[in-house]
Amino acid sequence: MAEDKFTAIIVGAGPAGSTAAYLMAQAGLEVLLIERGETPGSKNMFGGRMYSNALNHIIPRFWEEAPLQRPVVKEILSFISGSHSVSVTCQEPGWLEPPAHSFTVLRAEFDAWLAGKAEEAGAILACGIRVDDVLMENGRVIGVRAGEDEIYADVVVAADGANSLLTEKAGLRKALLPGQVATGAKQLIELPADTISQRFQLEANQGAACLYVGSCTGGLPGGGFLYTNQTSISLGLVVNAAALQSNQIKINELLEDFKAHPQIAPLIADGQVAEYSAHLVPEAGLNMRPKLFGEGILVAGDAAGLVINLGFMVRGMDLAIASGAAAAQTIMAAQAKNDFTRQGLSGYLEFLKQNGVWTAMETYRHAPEFLDNRRIYEAYPQLITDLAVDVFTINDRPPEHMLNKILNGIRNSNIGWAGLAGDAWKGGRSL
Amino acid sequence: MKRMDLQQLLAGNKFLVDDEEHHIKLHKEICAGCQAKPCVYACPAGLYVLKNGEISFDDAGCLECGTCRVICSHSGAIDWKYPRGTFGVIYRYG
Repeated sequence: MAEDKFTAIIVGAGPAGSTAAYLMAQAGLEVLLIERGETPGSKNMFGGRMYSNALNHIIPRFWEEAPLQRPVVKEILSFISGSHSVSVTCQEPGWLEPPAHSFTVLRAEFDAWLAGKAEEAGAILACGIRVDDVLMENGRVIGVRAGEDEIYADVVVAADGANSLLTEKAGLRKALLPGQVATGAKQLIELPADTISQRFQLEANQGAACLYVGSCTGGLPGGGFLYTNQTSISLGLVVNAAALQSNQIKINELLEDFKAHPQIAPLIADGQVAEYSAHLVPEAGLNMRPKLFGEGILVAGDAAGLVINLGFMVRGMDLAIASGAAAAQTIMAAQAKNDFTRQGLSGYLEFLKQNGVWTAMETYRHAPEFLDNRRIYEAYPQLITDLAVDVFTINDRPPEHMLNKILNGIRNSNIGWAGLAGDAWKGGRSL
Repeated sequence: MKRMDLQQLLAGNKFLVDDEEHHIKLHKEICAGCQAKPCVYACPAGLYVLKNGEISFDDAGCLECGTCRVICSHSGAIDWKYPRGTFGVIYRYG
């Protein structure tokens, strides 16, 4: 049996799993990377942007070989209320300097490339296989079951995504609660490259990342996103699943409304929808984390809830890659001591701290509570857009100084001074 | 752009439909006792349809997001697995 046993079985060839497999295979470990899709990436979707830092530590100069869409030079945050909108644009050419701060990405091609790197390094990549369960012996994970097949390993890495069935089967986490996740739905809209560059005022092959807060989600907790790819736009919405559960609102209808919004419609005009996709997004941060490791098992990426959403910034892929790297480091250290028990894998948290994943999760641990506040999606976008419209409008009403406009605006909103002060304080401390 | 319905949206996707195994199974006797039926609204592919007060469901067109599994408040009503290897949605872009 010994020759049939791997050092590590990694379930899921997404960014976390493929990174872990790549690093362990490079170090000469016997690694099996299992993917249920016919090719890696064929089951995966996300909003559309990856921050570069984490991957650049693992594959320096990755941008020279990885299939990427556009480096992001422009960030646009918009508040939407009805047909009104107010946007803040930040452009920083420095973000383009190698390794480029972030790239828009399409997961089918990117994930296939990263899994290919793991395979090149010596990992065995097995696609088209659904892992059904973990194999347990004396309270310890000793492998996985896929249909009739039982495959053994010293350690299993659950990198099977936000809706991770494996962490539940291994007893590391209870079933997800609706408030802990959001549903993301996206349309991939094809347009010529030049058209995209012109509409977003971009130099050829530079990218824009846009986030939207307000009535695009019908006032429900969540937001809209738009990312420019080379010859397509990724446009979508993310809405908290608890809000979807109790509001009888259909996300696909919201997305069609969003496409027709005066701010979005001209950007996607004459485009062709090539794909409609959906996925869960872990939203509760540290409040939903499973046990990150157990006897013979580690959890990485979305399966570990490693996503940070601050409203104006969303991170997931870079945290997945960094956690995959930490999982690989942990397993290599465990192998050196031949100890794959819970104790032997307990260095995982320290490796996650060292590469910044855990520090980021801890820094923003209160962001989910702050963002679970309906005022952010209704009252504030309305206040901001009403004020801006007022400031830019000339009519027969007598002129009024800015301060009075602001004071009146706040007075007329439902927020109240105490609410405003409390939200400002909490927002400043949690985001 | 013209407003699109789910049938049009899903028609653009690539699927490999599994005729032998359904990856999502409903226990309709449990669903019958559910008043809210949030799955009818929450599924982004609109696969849970109310017909004469009863849920009808077809997993062809499923985007495998897991939303129904999470928002269903009647434990045991939905048996949820991922499709067998290679089957189901095949994202060409993602």
